Amino acid sequence: MSATHEATPPTSELNYLNNGWTWQSWLLTGDHKRIAMLYVISITVFFALGGLFAGAVRLELITPQGDMMDAETYNKMFTMHGVIMVFFFLIPSVPATIGNFLIPIMVGARDLAFPKINLLSWYLYVIGGFCGLYAAAVGGVDTGWTFYTPYSSTYSNSAVIATAMGAFVAGFSSILTGLNFIVTIHKMRAPGMTWGRLPLFVWAHYATSLIQLLGTPVIAITLVLLMLERAFRIGFFDPALGGDPVLFQHLFWFYSHPAVYIMILPGMGVISEIITCFSKKHVFGYHFVAGSSLAIAILGFFVWGHHMFTAGQSTYAGMVFSLITFAVAVPSAVKIFNWTATMYKGSVSYETPMLYAMGFIGLFTIGGVTGVMLATMAIDLHLHDTYFVVAHFHYVMVGGMVMAYMGGMHFWWPKMTGRMYPEHWAKLSAGLVFIGFNLTFFPQFIVGYLGMPRRYHAYPEEFQVFQVLSTAGASVLGVGYLLPLIYFTWSIFKGEKAPPNPYNAKGLEWTVPSPPPTENFRIMPVVNEEVYAYAEQHEEKALV
Amino acid sequence: MEHHVSSTRLYFGIFATLMVCTFLTVFVRMNLGIKSIGIALSIAVVKATLVILYFMHVKYSHVLTKLAVWIAVVFLGILLVMLSMDYASRDWQYHEPGWEKQGVLKN
Amino acid sequence: MSEHAAIAHHHHSEEHVAHQFDNALQQYESGNLGMWLFLLTEVMFFGGMFGAYTIYRAWYPEAFEIASSATNIPLGAFNTVVLIVSSLTMALAVQSAQLGKTKRLVWNIILTMVFGTAFLVVKYFEYSEKIGHHHFPGSSFVWETPAPREVQILFCLYFAMTGMHALHMIVGLGIMTWLLVNAIKGVYGPKYYNPVEVSGLYWHFVDIVWIFLFPMLYLI
Repeated sequence: MSATHEATPPTSELNYLNNGWTWQSWLLTGDHKRIAMLYVISITVFFALGGLFAGAVRLELITPQGDMMDAETYNKMFTMHGVIMVFFFLIPSVPATIGNFLIPIMVGARDLAFPKINLLSWYLYVIGGFCGLYAAAVGGVDTGWTFYTPYSSTYSNSAVIATAMGAFVAGFSSILTGLNFIVTIHKMRAPGMTWGRLPLFVWAHYATSLIQLLGTPVIAITLVLLMLERAFRIGFFDPALGGDPVLFQHLFWFYSHPAVYIMILPGMGVISEIITCFSKKHVFGYHFVAGSSLAIAILGFFVWGHHMFTAGQSTYAGMVFSLITFAVAVPSAVKIFNWTATMYKGSVSYETPMLYAMGFIGLFTIGGVTGVMLATMAIDLHLHDTYFVVAHFHYVMVGGMVMAYMGGMHFWWPKMTGRMYPEHWAKLSAGLVFIGFNLTFFPQFIVGYLGMPRRYHAYPEEFQVFQVLSTAGASVLGVGYLLPLIYFTWSIFKGEKAPPNPYNAKGLEWTVPSPPPTENFRIMPVVNEEVYAYAEQHEEKALV
Repeated sequence: MEHHVSSTRLYFGIFATLMVCTFLTVFVRMNLGIKSIGIALSIAVVKATLVILYFMHVKYSHVLTKLAVWIAVVFLGILLVMLSMDYASRDWQYHEPGWEKQGVLKN
Repeated sequence: MSEHAAIAHHHHSEEHVAHQFDNALQQYESGNLGMWLFLLTEVMFFGGMFGAYTIYRAWYPEAFEIASSATNIPLGAFNTVVLIVSSLTMALAVQSAQLGKTKRLVWNIILTMVFGTAFLVVKYFEYSEKIGHHHFPGSSFVWETPAPREVQILFCLYFAMTGMHALHMIVGLGIMTWLLVNAIKGVYGPKYYNPVEVSGLYWHFVDIVWIFLFPMLYLI
């Protein structure tokens, strides 16, 4: 960036938000920070929509009879909930928003490697999203988000092709984001920013990007084959015509299992940043935490068959998948232990992001441990397709990932918007989310263990008490999510202006103004201290 | 920028080798019929390797590029091997008498 | 606290360095890495179909032989040769750009496009013939002699795999057109030939896919 002056507002007040107000300056932007905010808006819309479908599911389940809607409509409700939450919320969530915003700043670059591709990635997401909305408008899809054949390919009378197209297009959005991150991290680090000084947030996104690149294309081609089969009735996955439905499941889960690591790894990166900042202590075992992200990414490609133990897969293959699934739990556990060790003897404070992070640690552990239970073939035979599975993945995805997303949004809100959010309301929301979440999903472990199948809109009387508790919890959870929407929006207009470093955190993003200027750094940084160098900060304070 | 420039002679040499390989593949097929599958695929791998190393300059590239190529091969391998692992091992388990072998469903 | 150092940026017009990069070398390496990563995704994309091919081929060897007999080996071999020639001309195009020989670059791009188009023309004839014989999968599928119904699945694989490949060829031709226009304008030279090299990588990849498709679908 040259040193000539712009003939616009004084440089000291110019940031990426007020640097141009036209439609084109936002919709044709190459600035990674603006693209991140575009994603924040669109992802929030889909989260709300997915939440509404969840609400419909929970309302129906208050009573044991299928009285609110018929079975087919109920199928559409949970399918749309799943499709939207997985493909249009969880997969892009942290990478496309906080990741896009922070990765260039954290490595000390002006922007990502390919800004135009970044913008394309957002447009692909929006187009994919419109396909999904179109599918919802013409009556929805009822196959389950897993699209198992031959129901989805031959027998379902719902908008399968439109939904599959939506997921397909959104998948390319994901691939391009991952591609951009990997090139940026490899090639555009500032002088002195060695691999060993990269924030764990960056390591987590690097691992995530690897999965995005290697896994997403497989579901892309699988969806193409599914759409072709549905359009031309070929019999590729239809046993009546010689096809194999289990082949579909193999190809589907080859992506969809690593996909859950695409969803969780960025969240884990967020947690690392929050824990270290609010313990004012260097992350315990930094190299192990960085390595564990890579280990999860790689091992995650070897375990997909654990979704298919009861599908007709061979028992021997099942054993291999089961064993490797046990192995992939280990790096996740390493992170949990290291975060806890980071807090031990740290100077811990309990601001909102820290509350979310601590909630993550507890809830993700429960989710993870129940995952290991499900990885045990003998147990899975009884628990597969029950509410136990539903509770397991909601513990890791909502208790884990969504809390990490909320924590990250709170942590970096001042940086991204230049405003502080109201801390008391934020703490209240975090509490409501924690209570609401557990009330919603813990009963589901019990009712699943007792045998209630998933994806059923009617159930035996004896399960009702658990379902009612679950729905009650969902209402509390809903309020917990609604409040931030309100106070974050309020803060943009009336919130206290944020200083560059409200939490006294370490990291390049805290050295730039809040919000940052378009070019991120007025002078390109040279890094000459280690990452999370909080010990020096203590020493400085002691000398005063 | 000082990047490796391959000679025209090298390019034509690789091209000639690729032509020979193609001819060989068809020749073997004509004489061995369907049983030539192993040879045909092996020759295909050789051809692909030549294109990757010389036409795509991977031989003279940054180690990161070489790593990317290896990763592609490995992960494709994971997909194919583990997929086959399931189907190949289905017959190893005990089945009830009268149970039809997978994939040979009669009309 | 980290020190700040000023870094001077020189963006010579011959080097076409975009604002996010510090220098031409960083841009060159980033562009290359980016294209390689994209090709990685393409490997996995085609890989899914290779996986389906492996399984169905193992399951239905008889149906496979029947379907395979309907493919035209001479045409397939011709197409293989055509693509390899186009890869040669593409490699020579990159070399021409590296050496600053614009006229040679332009001619090589044109030749690459000619051979690529020839490939697609042959494919068009092959497809028309198959569709004419009602070998396109779907409700109109008919096989003349009594044969297992799984023949249709294998035709599906044939059309899906070669169709996806042909789609990538068409995109490749589009890229070549854009490259040609710029090459004629003299945009590329020893200081800036990233787009030529990166397009070349894509083109070679499409060739490699065919190198495998030919034996898999025509010969065995």
